[in-house]
Amino acid sequence: MTGAVLDFVPIWTLLLGLAVFFYVLLDGFDLGVGILYRLAPDRPSRDLIMNSIAPIWDGNETWLVFGGLGLLGAFPLAFAIIIPAVYFPILVMLLALIFRGVAFEFRYRDAEHMTFWDHAFTWGSTIATFAQGIVLGAFIQGFHVQGRVFAGSSFDCFTPFSLFTGIGLVFGYGLLGAGWLVLKTEGELQSLAREQGRWCFAGVLIAILVVSVWTPLVDANIAHRWFSWPNVAFLAPVPVITALVAWLEWRALRGASEVGPFLGAVALFVLSFIGIAISLWPMIVPHHFTLWQAASPDRTQAFLLVGTLFLLPVILMYSGWSYWVFRGKVRADIGYH
Amino acid sequence: MSLDPVLLSRLQFVWVIAWHILLPAFTVGSASYIAVLEALHFGTSRPVYLRLSMFWTKIFAVCFGMGVVSGIVMPFQFGTNWSRYADATAGVLSPLFAYEGLTAFFLEAAFLGVLLFGRRLVPAWAHLVSAVMVAAGTLFSSFWILAANSWMQTPAGYAMVDGRFVSIDWWQVIFSPSFPYRLAHTVVGFYITTAFVVLGVGAMMVRGRRFMDEARTMMSMALSLLIVLVPLQIFIGDQHGLNTLEYQPAKLAAIEAHWTKEARMPLALFAIPDEANERNDFAIEVPLLGSLILTHHIDGVVPGLKDFPRDQRPPVAIPFFAFRIMVGLGLLMLAEVVVGWVLRLRGLLFETAWFLRLCEWSSPVGFIAVLAGWTTTEVGRQPWTVYGLLRTADSVSPSLTGADVLLSLLGYMVVYLVMFPTGYVLMRRLVRRGFAEIDIGEPPVASGRPVRPVEALPGSHGGSGE
Repeated sequence: MTGAVLDFVPIWTLLLGLAVFFYVLLDGFDLGVGILYRLAPDRPSRDLIMNSIAPIWDGNETWLVFGGLGLLGAFPLAFAIIIPAVYFPILVMLLALIFRGVAFEFRYRDAEHMTFWDHAFTWGSTIATFAQGIVLGAFIQGFHVQGRVFAGSSFDCFTPFSLFTGIGLVFGYGLLGAGWLVLKTEGELQSLAREQGRWCFAGVLIAILVVSVWTPLVDANIAHRWFSWPNVAFLAPVPVITALVAWLEWRALRGASEVGPFLGAVALFVLSFIGIAISLWPMIVPHHFTLWQAASPDRTQAFLLVGTLFLLPVILMYSGWSYWVFRGKVRADIGYH
Repeated sequence: MSLDPVLLSRLQFVWVIAWHILLPAFTVGSASYIAVLEALHFGTSRPVYLRLSMFWTKIFAVCFGMGVVSGIVMPFQFGTNWSRYADATAGVLSPLFAYEGLTAFFLEAAFLGVLLFGRRLVPAWAHLVSAVMVAAGTLFSSFWILAANSWMQTPAGYAMVDGRFVSIDWWQVIFSPSFPYRLAHTVVGFYITTAFVVLGVGAMMVRGRRFMDEARTMMSMALSLLIVLVPLQIFIGDQHGLNTLEYQPAKLAAIEAHWTKEARMPLALFAIPDEANERNDFAIEVPLLGSLILTHHIDGVVPGLKDFPRDQRPPVAIPFFAFRIMVGLGLLMLAEVVVGWVLRLRGLLFETAWFLRLCEWSSPVGFIAVLAGWTTTEVGRQPWTVYGLLRTADSVSPSLTGADVLLSLLGYMVVYLVMFPTGYVLMRRLVRRGFAEIDIGEPPVASGRPVRPVEALPGSHGGSGE
């Protein structure tokens, strides 16, 4: 197979965007559930909250591996520059994910230290999310690059902007988690999730507003792209739709809808995702390399694409099936423990 | 003292992968074991298989959780600490890693949920399929990771463009010269590791006269597998050695601490390699055996380390001793399995206290052999990440300072020293409790095959094959 006649870069951009989005959506809600976990009133409700994600969390986290490896496969130069540049946020994220991941099992098996593992779960989830938010902020701001390598310091990524996006993402995942819990629980636990969802929603709204003002201020290119004519006319629907979705989400959180809060949160993430994409396109290492410049050889992209196009629908199918098996309100008695 | 980011990054990689490899060493084998138990229960409806499956599934779940989280760390190491390696090799290796994610991780993750939590929610056949899929996932994972590792050891099917590798033949990339041997050797090693754990746990229960039915079944199944796999493993290891002699002669010379190229080479059973003076001290040697084992011919010529410039030689002492630990343990395993069969055929297996105790003590033997084997092959590959083509020193991320890596290494050390010992203690606790809390309860929904009461009586159908 020769790749010369076909440009795989747009396809891989789409696939990678999809993988990252699936990760943010899926691990987002189970990390969010972890963030809200510490606010649960008692042990039975903690058990129930844990059970609502126990069968599916590690499938969700797998999208992180696929996102990382997809970046390595399709845009290796971006991987080789960005990952060392966010050395410490990645380290902190991985260590936090370890604590939260083993807590699912250890919490049951290590009953005398249950409180410790409860803390490991909820703080692990929160810190991992915060670290991902820092990665996001640092990515938007860009990195110091010389030739084909990151040439800055490992601490460059910690800026007021990236710390703020870190906090913003904690509220964002919290909102997704609250939406999930509204979907999976009943009664008091559900009303509690609605209330937590409203607090998270307020945080998300502030974060979106502040980042939308801050981004063009720190980056003249983005300011130019947003506000020059005729771009501003084409892009105007994004904030308008975001405002509309935000209003619907607020209503869903206050009303009786069970799927509304989750769907609204997902829609807000889609819109934020689109916002970032239109700000950075076509750069994959902001200010330095485009998607095409960072792409792997055609033969690599083609070889990986053949299997991916076949496997991805299969994965979606059986992952969907495993969600279907555990559909409906979470039950206290499904554990194998 | 200045901190060297290359050395510290290597230590960090050793730390995270040495802990991580212990988990697949057990989960690859136990996933298959659980699938076999589930299939046996599906086919025979004998509750002992169900109880065994539920018992091992609990231990598997603890292990698998740790395997997932310590496994997610691995691909990120390539970016954080080895970014120049990532940039140079991505054109060839990245699809292999990505295919591991696509074919293995998703499969394991999705079906593991059903395996653990879905017994009462899905029909029995669907639960069995889930168990088989999880086992298949662990094997696919081994396939791709070992394909990538083998390519780094014996690169093939590539070209160099602007200092970066590009693939010209994917078949050659995946099936590089050392891959079939490495795959067989590793997977069989993982199965043996699991079988020794199962044997030891069974022996412990037999010795304590607890859960005799399950314990006998465990010991019998483990011994039946081991009498096939341990001799097979020794044969595969020998073939793997011939392959190493052909494609990685410097590594082989280091493994044997062999300095000067010669025919009719002796085999060093023990020695203290002196790298500065290029000789061995305190050597205990068997004449001719070296050539015979390494080349299968008494006049066979074996290369020596002096054939290679000093800056292209791996460290000698580490692969030399690691290899001897691995082979020594392999021979001890063979002896133990043969003794076990002699006792079994005489009907004394469950009565011989010293042998039961031996089985108990030797249950971690596979893990030690796996670590020793991995140390041999990876240290033997030095000073290269891609053998003969890309140096380890040229693979590290250029932006890292020694202090950066020291900090991250300490982070990994602290977290792993909390997680792994805790996991071990919890698994040991599960083993001690044994089958006391295993309640097979009502037959799973829609299985259509209720458990007949007569079969639920303990001892009514003894250890299989006894």
